[in-house]
Amino acid sequence: MINSKIPAGPLENKWTDFKGHCKLVNPANKRKLEVIIVGTGLAGASAAASLGELGYKVKAFCFQDSPRRAHSIAAQGGINAAKNYQNDGDSVFRLFYDTIKGGDYRAREANVHRLAEVSTNIIDQCVAQGVPFAREYGGLLSNRSFGGTQVQRTFYAAGQTGQQLLIGAYQALERQVALGNVTMYSRHEMQDVVLIDGKARGIIARNLVTGELERYFGHAVLLCSGGYGNVFYLSTMGMGSNVTAAWKAHKKGAFFGNPCFTQIHPTCIPVSGDHQSKLTLMSESLRNDGRIWVPKKQGDDRKPNEIPEDERDYYLERRYPAFGNLVPRDVASRAAKERCDAGYGVGTSKQAVYLDYDDAFKRYGEIEVKKRNLDNISAEEIIRLGKEVVKEKYGNLFNMYEKITGENPYEVPMRIYPAVHYTMGGLWVDYELMTTVPGLYALGEANFSDHGANRLGASALMQGLADGYFVIPYTIGNYLADEIRTHSIPTDHPAFVEAEKEVANRINQLMNIKGKQTVESFHKRLGKIMWDKCGMARNAQGLQEAIGSIQALKKEFWSDVRIPGSVKEMNPELDKASRVADFLELGELMCIDALNRNESCGGHFREESQTEEGEAKRDDANFAYVSAWEYKGEHDWQLHKEVLDFEVAKPSQRSYK
Amino acid sequence: MQWSEFFTSSVGKKFVMGLTGLFLIAFLVVHVGINACIFADLPIFNENDNGAMFNKAAHFMGSTVLIRIMEIGLFIGFIIHIVQGYVLEVRNRASRGIGYEVKMGNKGSKWYSRSMGLLGTIILLFLVLHLGHFWVKARFTHEIMPVTYNGVEMHDMFMEMQMVFMEPWVVVVYVLGCFSLAYHLAHGFQSAFKTIGVHNKKYSLMITSLGYGFAILVPLVFALMPIAMYFQWVK
Amino acid sequence: MEHGTINLTLKVWKQQNSQEKGRFETYPVKGISQEMSFLEMFDVLNEQLIRDGKEPIAFDHDCREGICGMCSMYIDGKPHGPWNANTVCQLHMRAYKDGDTIVVEPWRANAFPVIKDLMVDRSAFDRIIQAGGYISVNTGNAVDANSLPVEKKNADSAFAAAACIGCGACVAACKNSSAMLFLSAKVSHLALLPQGEPERRTRVLNMVAQMDKEGFGACTNTGACEAVCPKEISISNIARLNAEYISAGLVSEG
Repeated sequence: MINSKIPAGPLENKWTDFKGHCKLVNPANKRKLEVIIVGTGLAGASAAASLGELGYKVKAFCFQDSPRRAHSIAAQGGINAAKNYQNDGDSVFRLFYDTIKGGDYRAREANVHRLAEVSTNIIDQCVAQGVPFAREYGGLLSNRSFGGTQVQRTFYAAGQTGQQLLIGAYQALERQVALGNVTMYSRHEMQDVVLIDGKARGIIARNLVTGELERYFGHAVLLCSGGYGNVFYLSTMGMGSNVTAAWKAHKKGAFFGNPCFTQIHPTCIPVSGDHQSKLTLMSESLRNDGRIWVPKKQGDDRKPNEIPEDERDYYLERRYPAFGNLVPRDVASRAAKERCDAGYGVGTSKQAVYLDYDDAFKRYGEIEVKKRNLDNISAEEIIRLGKEVVKEKYGNLFNMYEKITGENPYEVPMRIYPAVHYTMGGLWVDYELMTTVPGLYALGEANFSDHGANRLGASALMQGLADGYFVIPYTIGNYLADEIRTHSIPTDHPAFVEAEKEVANRINQLMNIKGKQTVESFHKRLGKIMWDKCGMARNAQGLQEAIGSIQALKKEFWSDVRIPGSVKEMNPELDKASRVADFLELGELMCIDALNRNESCGGHFREESQTEEGEAKRDDANFAYVSAWEYKGEHDWQLHKEVLDFEVAKPSQRSYK
Repeated sequence: MQWSEFFTSSVGKKFVMGLTGLFLIAFLVVHVGINACIFADLPIFNENDNGAMFNKAAHFMGSTVLIRIMEIGLFIGFIIHIVQGYVLEVRNRASRGIGYEVKMGNKGSKWYSRSMGLLGTIILLFLVLHLGHFWVKARFTHEIMPVTYNGVEMHDMFMEMQMVFMEPWVVVVYVLGCFSLAYHLAHGFQSAFKTIGVHNKKYSLMITSLGYGFAILVPLVFALMPIAMYFQWVK
Repeated sequence: MEHGTINLTLKVWKQQNSQEKGRFETYPVKGISQEMSFLEMFDVLNEQLIRDGKEPIAFDHDCREGICGMCSMYIDGKPHGPWNANTVCQLHMRAYKDGDTIVVEPWRANAFPVIKDLMVDRSAFDRIIQAGGYISVNTGNAVDANSLPVEKKNADSAFAAAACIGCGACVAACKNSSAMLFLSAKVSHLALLPQGEPERRTRVLNMVAQMDKEGFGACTNTGACEAVCPKEISISNIARLNAEYISAGLVSEG
């Protein structure tokens, strides 16, 4: 049985009680304890910095050339915190409640409440580090609203919030490197976890520059390796983002939680052709001011500016009057797919909807006129003033759109379409963020814990930093306090030797296939299966077919992939092949999980389970649990259920109407 | 921080370049001002000046103790600016072992901004020639004809200039030297201010404009001297 | 926007590793859609090379949306290619026409040694940050975020400087391989905020010392860095850095 170790007592006291009673490690002992951190995004960098500050000996790994490149950097819109600076009714409870509801009641209450509690500390910490959040003229912090909430609690730094937060954490990390508390291993990729007596005691990493395998010992191992959206090939993830670290841990005994919970983000730039290598997100914050529409007539080929107002269908405002364009991501994405599938899509591919700023230009222009006390202003002048305001708020996003599409979004409405963006699923962890393998932790997007079946906008940054800055420094002590008698284990221990041998064998096996097809072509095929059968809408038949196809594809991969070059050198194709091999296994599990969960919730939409209006229909009687999958062998997994008790936020039909 | 650390750092070295550059710019103002006295002979001013005003000014500069002391400072300024310039140039060039196949050229910077070392070298060569023409003769060898005004005997620098600038090649070299100086100043003037830390946008725009004006005006006036002598606009 | 299909010739720097000497290789690339990004064109070429049993071209890239700072190609004499305020990954093939020859080189600077082909080692930037590019505040030390108001103009300028993605284009473009734009962006970001005040002097002194140690050249204010910076970091930051350094170096004790 799995034990989520949720502290007893009332929800709002759990974290305080835990902190008051968890075991501590004294400073002299901290110096002797080594911690391995894999991944240096928001979760990894913040954890490495914080643990280094506490005095632990930290080794941090990233596959990029610098920790500052982690894909957290691409987060645009913002970070939530229950500061209530706007005096609009926000509170820790509201943030907790919104997150649970937004996650469609598939997240663990205790974790989410803790997240909401520490959210305020994150903002304080980041501001102290010099993160340049947007400010008002009075010098105080500015907020904006985001999908799925009715308060303004999102802190932001133009459209580069992730970048600024990551640079803050990166700087804190580099400071610890300079102080000698953290050793940084860039261009290193974890290949396996080393277990000794059932506990995680180190990793095998490949030096991507030399191709050599290297062994590293740690009293505990933290996986902060991000999400696995790249299983879909096309996603908003970085090209290198991968599941390998989490997957190796999974195969060594860590359960995988809710693998099928994938977030499809509604506002991305549509696919332009077969050559497409990745999709680019346009921040959700754009939905604050933009209006989404399609023509009322099917297959309308007129240019958007030629379609009169009364022939436009603002379908989100029509279907969800209470939240309008700010419905949660899963709802907005499905609504876009519904319109496009029904033949109302726009653009050459017909797989797109318009995101229109005309109204915002007018509205902001008029506000400017009032602000500046201007008289006799022409309509064009008002629009021009409005465009200036929009430019200040979203300029970088508009530029990005223009560079990719070659269209000027100040003149023509943007075309957008949903794309894979985030994975709520991940390694199953208990309240202390430990996986089912003792001493092995998962933080940030790599774990499953806080977002249920759908993540609200601006919550990923919050979770990554919460885990790294404010949760793990307490919970890891609870484990390490019992490890102070364990001396550093030399890496010539048989377990390290054995693990390295396995990794080397697998790499050699891959290199020796010498087939005909490229890694990329397999990845694309996997992605297509996943998107078609396990994407925005899923059904039993499709999922069963997908499982078969993926198994066949895996076989084909292992007999016909071609990897150029050699092992002992910089070989990006080999790196990629190793990652795709893991995606091929993960894809199967995702389909199995999606098949098992015969209900619709959040981003997981089973066509068999919908209301008459086509909204997702949850089945709390049968599926109010976390699926934690145990790896048993090839194509073989066992399901463990962590039943979710909702003591405070009682599940109700999620309605944004 | 130790003085030595400051002045051996890249920013410290540049600071010295900037300061000495500005000092030399100040010297140029004095130099051009005094030499412009030759134009007092132009018909529109006083056709009968015949270089008197210039000669008196030059005598004042050569015979005033304070100014002679400052002259030492000027030389030190020159030497530091030149030596430091070469030190930096060598080190900067060495920071890129393998160059580019396709040079960046003018995409993003002006040719003269990238050629301060070359322009400086031309100015240095010119300077050696120039010192040989006038300064060495005036201060050491005294090969210059005397002239007497109000009972005071002094060098007839005006006549010396007329003699030197009879040679067409000398005039050409001097004009080329002035061109180099113009481009050196076009970059150096505003760059020096940036290097000593002026970053306020309000001022930097002003300094840039002033710099271009200075870079055109001062070398132009200098260049007009040999030309005016050669064509005997002043005599 | 009308898009066509074009054929190109690529001349690319190939170098096995940091020890071996490199050379240029020429590759014909056919049937490139102008809707592709520049890196997608490289993907197409690499796929072809692998199928033909040849070595693909190694290059750094990750986010492909212009923010991670990993991509680094010097294209036809300009870091990040012909577009302004742009990274390689955001460059699209609309910028080229049929029959063009494109020369692609790695960043060139002694402080950025080539690892393979177009990949270079930029860890010098990390070490410069380690020398002082942070505010020393341990987790948990912070006061309430709104207890420190920051004048909006300063906050905006700090943000503009903090937008640096650490790609190294400034170094690649500079005739002196100077890292001053990178350095000044960080120094300005932190010097403009009240939080950065306590370490203001030591930060700039230590970071400059580290930059010199890494073998970057000195700044001669040519402006090439600013012209190629994908995030349009202003060169006025360099003047601010100079001011910070001079006041710290000449004023600080000891």
